[in-house]
Amino acid sequence: MSNHDLILSTPAPARPWRERLGSAMPLLVLGPSLVASFVYVFVFTGWTLYISLSNSSLLPTYGFVGLDNYASLWANRRWNIAYNNLFLFSGFYIVGSMAVGLLLAILIDQRVRGEAVWRTIFLYPLAVSFIVTGTVWSWLYNPTDGIQAMVRGLGWTNFSFALASDRHYAIYAVIITGVWQSSGFAMALFLAGLRSVDSDLVRAAQIDGASTFRIYRKVLLPTIAPIFLAVAVIQIQFAIKTFDLVAALTKGGPGISTTFPAIYVYDLMFQRGQIGEGAAAAIMMLAALAVVLVPYSFWVVWRRRKEAGHG
Amino acid sequence: MADVSLDQSLDHHAATVAARRHFLTRFVIYGLLVVFAAIYLIPLLVVVLNSFRDQQEIARNGLISLPRSFRLEAWGQAWSSYCIGGTCEGMQRNFYNSLKMTIPATIISTAVGAMNGYILSKWRFRGSEALFTCMLLGVFIPGQISLMPWAFILGNLGLSNSTYGLILIHVIQGISFTTLFCRNYYVSIPDDLIKAARIDGAGFWRIFRKIILPLSSPILIVTVIWQFTGIWNEYLFGVVFTSGQQQPITAALVALTASGTNVRAYDVMSAAVLIGALPPLLIYLFGGKYFVRGLTQGAIK
Repeated sequence: MSNHDLILSTPAPARPWRERLGSAMPLLVLGPSLVASFVYVFVFTGWTLYISLSNSSLLPTYGFVGLDNYASLWANRRWNIAYNNLFLFSGFYIVGSMAVGLLLAILIDQRVRGEAVWRTIFLYPLAVSFIVTGTVWSWLYNPTDGIQAMVRGLGWTNFSFALASDRHYAIYAVIITGVWQSSGFAMALFLAGLRSVDSDLVRAAQIDGASTFRIYRKVLLPTIAPIFLAVAVIQIQFAIKTFDLVAALTKGGPGISTTFPAIYVYDLMFQRGQIGEGAAAAIMMLAALAVVLVPYSFWVVWRRRKEAGHG
Repeated sequence: MADVSLDQSLDHHAATVAARRHFLTRFVIYGLLVVFAAIYLIPLLVVVLNSFRDQQEIARNGLISLPRSFRLEAWGQAWSSYCIGGTCEGMQRNFYNSLKMTIPATIISTAVGAMNGYILSKWRFRGSEALFTCMLLGVFIPGQISLMPWAFILGNLGLSNSTYGLILIHVIQGISFTTLFCRNYYVSIPDDLIKAARIDGAGFWRIFRKIILPLSSPILIVTVIWQFTGIWNEYLFGVVFTSGQQQPITAALVALTASGTNVRAYDVMSAAVLIGALPPLLIYLFGGKYFVRGLTQGAIK
């Protein structure tokens, strides 16, 4: 009783503490994540950027050397090979997996029986790690045990398929495996796109007597054009970050012929103790991502605004 | 009379041509699907078959040939007795390492993502959209950027070469993804529902428990599947921050296949590869619908 009276007679706290805590709760819960993300995105990047400008070798040290690491990076033959590989790989990988993915999506879109089964088959490599894929394909490429051995065993004793062990062609072994792994992903997105197209559009074209081929070329594919771009952007990201696949498939070899930027970063930082230059290479990877993603995100925002404006 | 019969035969002719064309296109469609399915399935089939074949038979006939022997020993060896880098315990320890890393990291990052998503969609405040955008940047940062900072932090926390260190990395890295998934899902829950609950006096946690959580199972399943597969399959952090007995299975697989100096034990290695691939494969087979949904959602947004 007296307690109750006391509270009633105290004028000061306009809002009880529970309510105040309640209104601060969202920020309290979100806070740790915000701090963690901020550290992860900005502090880590700034840190690595700083290391890339320092004379760190085996351990991070903070003597400022300007752009020296970048200069020696770009003067390095191996980095240039890595960089060229990235361009070659990205190009073939994106075009290859989009072409295969589109073909598979269109095939499945023809009201085939057992659609779920086909989809499951084409998409399963995505559930498996690049390590598993790379390991298995390295066996298939192995001339004495894999595909070459099998075809020779069938009687074509001159058959030669030694992509992965030839320094000029090993990069294509990586490309083929990459396309194998990820065209299912492109298929899933294209199929989702094709299914989302307004069926009245297709029906109208059918009434006009357009052939299936024409309907795809003139109606369906232009409608899902943004998906092409989305798939391409996602796959460029994969390409720039490519590490596991090469580590398991060719280990960057033969020689240094399939070195990639991500492999090079790892090598410099943890095998050769050149942390400063390794950090510079990592920053170059980030720059490559930014070159692709920044314009793309502006474009996405612009398109959304435009659609909102029209709608 | 003649006209009519000519007409009929023409009709008949046109119908057979159409039927033949229809049959032909169907044939091409299914033919192509079968060819591609073979290209996709053969590597898996090769590994499965070789895990049951006799090593000598593989050495004689190559990897890609019909099995003439059947034995289960390779699985036992791969699991518990094959030697990787001096220790002969097979993959079991690495398999458990991966489980001990993946399960907590998946649960924590999903739970945190769900809370974040709830706040960023239903408790918006000034600047919350900008903060969300900043969090999203985490999705795009390549792992290589964070290697040095993580090495420093894990070293100072005494978590280098430990599963806990990897859990920490995967939680922090995963938050951007899980928040993105959950936020985009919760946005579609009508705000009126929340408003009504607030008028009835329900607070932050009560609304989450009574309204949001019961509606969340689709997105939580998608997020858990996405996180589990991603973390299980991750290699870079595993190989950089752990060694030997502490390695997750991906890193151990690379060590295993690299260690074969003389005769490559394809039978054991095949079994080991399958042990490493099985958990995500099973999840994919049983949760395929959610897997694809996560994929398309993560991609389009």
